[in-house]
Amino acid sequence: MTFKEALDSQDFVITCEVAPPKGTNMEHVLEEAELLRGRVAGINVTDLQAASMRVSSLATCALLKQKGLEPILQMVCRDRNRLALQSELLSAYVLGIQNVLCLTGDHVVLGDHPESKPVFDLDSVSLLQTAQGLIDGHDLSGNELEGLPEDLFLGAIVTPGADPVEPQIYKLHNKVRAGAKFIQTQAVYDVDTFATFMQRVADVEVPILAGIVLLKSAGMARYMNANVAGVFVPDSLIKEMTGAGEKDKSARAEGKKADFRTKTSIDIAARLIRDLKPHCAGVHLMPLGWGHHVPAVLEAAGL
Amino acid sequence: MIVAERKPLGEIIGFIEDFRKVLVIGCGGCATVCLAGGETETKIVGSALRIAARKAGRQQQILEDCVTRQCEPEFVEPVPGRLGDENIDAVLSLACGVGVNLLAERLGDVPVFPGLNTKFLGATAEPGVWVEMCAGCGNCVLHLTGGICPVARCSKSILNGPCGGSSDGKCEISPDVDCGWELIIRRMERLGTLDRLVEIAEPRDWSSSPHGGPRRVVREDLRQLAAEAEEEKATTA
Repeated sequence: MTFKEALDSQDFVITCEVAPPKGTNMEHVLEEAELLRGRVAGINVTDLQAASMRVSSLATCALLKQKGLEPILQMVCRDRNRLALQSELLSAYVLGIQNVLCLTGDHVVLGDHPESKPVFDLDSVSLLQTAQGLIDGHDLSGNELEGLPEDLFLGAIVTPGADPVEPQIYKLHNKVRAGAKFIQTQAVYDVDTFATFMQRVADVEVPILAGIVLLKSAGMARYMNANVAGVFVPDSLIKEMTGAGEKDKSARAEGKKADFRTKTSIDIAARLIRDLKPHCAGVHLMPLGWGHHVPAVLEAAGL
Repeated sequence: MIVAERKPLGEIIGFIEDFRKVLVIGCGGCATVCLAGGETETKIVGSALRIAARKAGRQQQILEDCVTRQCEPEFVEPVPGRLGDENIDAVLSLACGVGVNLLAERLGDVPVFPGLNTKFLGATAEPGVWVEMCAGCGNCVLHLTGGICPVARCSKSILNGPCGGSSDGKCEISPDVDCGWELIIRRMERLGTLDRLVEIAEPRDWSSSPHGGPRRVVREDLRQLAAEAEEEKATTA
């Protein structure tokens, strides 16, 4: 089943991201993707995430496709101009990749090549428009295409916890008008905020998948609260993670093996999924290196 | 104005240490206003270079001058003559890059070195702080964004509203940088034009910006007038 068919089926849909490596060793990313086989409707492959240089999303998606998995190509506007972006959309399509998530992308200053020259010829909205143009048969200059990528399935992101959230809502509508057929959100930890957001965007007619980032520690939660725009981890969750960390510490002090932290992280993610389920079409997991725990999260969530 | 900042003295000394007689030329325009290369700064740099030369035991003569605007041919016209008359063998310009370029085109075999780093088109935000406000992109969109420029003031120059990286009104690249789109949205709110955000900004034509190659502005009416004046001069002569 394609990702689009899964969304059309009206079942609760799960997607999960994997990250290509820095270097040519593809073993780990392919293993993580393999763990997701049969468990998710689509596998997002990040595009030089956090502006760090690595194997391309396109190459990784092509390998997943060869293995019969369903990749979702992430595409940011930071590193390519409109020629390269359009070319890559066509290239993805000829490799059998249909799902594309269009993003603006983090600034190069945040990444591992902060001296580089960022592009941003297009932005997330105009990239969607451009991709839709290709589907409709013409490039951005209006030239006709020979063979159309007609089954490209475009998506976009939104940050439900942004403050103020109004500009995000305007932009979400524009993204849908520009061609987005599915939405995956930035990490959500606060179910009430998310539910309110979903009420405000009830007129958005495309499926919205709530983002779930596995909380690995209390420190990570505090870091995200301080540094990641639009992400808010409530105190109660931070306390839960702190408690788990302390339990691990005392168990280890007694010479026992313990991993309450991982268990609690999995529990929190599973609980979030269950609580978010009534409010959205599905969830999008971003395990950030903890891909091996995703099957446990899904099991705990009863999915 | 064009905002510039003086290069580190060590770098400047590296440019000119092998020359016997150097003329430091300041600029009475933007470089004066942004306190980087006006008359005062020219004197300071001149003195600093003389001290450095003496400390290093170099026989070097440093002269100073400040022209009204180094970006105007009529104001730099006397410079080449002075270089010849006084046997000056290098020039250090304390103007923006335009001044350096214009001198370079007119100084024959005398080298000109940049004493400033030209930063951007901006304004004074507070004493000692200058902020970029125009990217000189050649196709102004300020009428759409409440007078605040997304090209110059958004780190990504994006045109369809804020990216997801803005937090508490600050840009993802640094807490010292305002989110340009936050400024735009606050302004549009006050103007009651926020509903304009429902309009999707098409991919823009960047060919009017530096990405389109070196640019020039041609005003045919002015060229015509100049040609007529020239003709009149010739006939009266």
